[in-house]
Amino acid sequence: MTPIGLSPYLTVGAVLFVAGVVCMATKRNAVGILMGVELVLNAANLNFVAFNRFGKLGLDGQMFALFVIVLAAAEAAVALAIVLNFYNNHYTIDVDHGEQLHG
Amino acid sequence: MNETTWHSILFWIMALIACGSAVLVVLTSNIVRMAAWLLVSLSAVAGLFFLMGADFVGAAQLLIYVGGTLVLLIFGVMLTASGPLANLTTPSRDWLIAAIVGSSLMILLILTLTNPGIDWSTDSLSENLEAPSGKTTMSIGLALLGIRENPNASSYLLPFEIASVHLLVVLIGAAYLARAKRRSDPPTPT
Repeated sequence: MTPIGLSPYLTVGAVLFVAGVVCMATKRNAVGILMGVELVLNAANLNFVAFNRFGKLGLDGQMFALFVIVLAAAEAAVALAIVLNFYNNHYTIDVDHGEQLHG
Repeated sequence: MNETTWHSILFWIMALIACGSAVLVVLTSNIVRMAAWLLVSLSAVAGLFFLMGADFVGAAQLLIYVGGTLVLLIFGVMLTASGPLANLTTPSRDWLIAAIVGSSLMILLILTLTNPGIDWSTDSLSENLEAPSGKTTMSIGLALLGIRENPNASSYLLPFEIASVHLLVVLIGAAYLARAKRRSDPPTPT
């Protein structure tokens, strides 16, 4: 059996990325859109660590993955606060109802 | 069975779990089940990190993503998913557009991966100096303090400090945004 190289990891990252993009595009629940964002960030993390493992970057890929994890946690906190505000103002979580800024 | 075979088997198990539960996150309409599948997917990606020798990043993924961010998301679900809001179905027209966009994006990425003009082969790249040992915690900690084994490598002391200030700003901002306010008009009971 040949050892697992770089491209299988990148394929898994591609599947996760596409799943996240489709999740962001189709979900009407605001928290569901946040979950899609988490999937996309996770796919980017997987690519960072894979290039770190199979490239000559040294540790830089893993450092980037750590910073992405920290930023994702911060983004989830702020976005959840915004979602709670939206729910308090509109009494719904459906993002299709947020159309006050429609032109 | 030698170590390479076990590595391959574990990789395919983790990859199948990660991809399958990511697709199930998309296909499920119940928000609570979506959170559960996202938990499985993130844990499998943490397993992939461990397989690549990134032990600290895998542990951070388990602690921060699975233990922190996902719990935060589940709290958001519990605070907002009342009654009919837990199951918001997507109209089939949106599914059609999303399927077209998603499949074309997937084809683009796979074509890029299998492009013979790009050399993805790992033989010329596999002699990584410090990463794949599986003991990266000390190197990462020293790099966050600005000390690198390779003197030409970049220091991460300033990004580390910026991240700490950023986390403080996020803490204050999220607490300000999500503070309890008196509602202007009470919701009509349904």
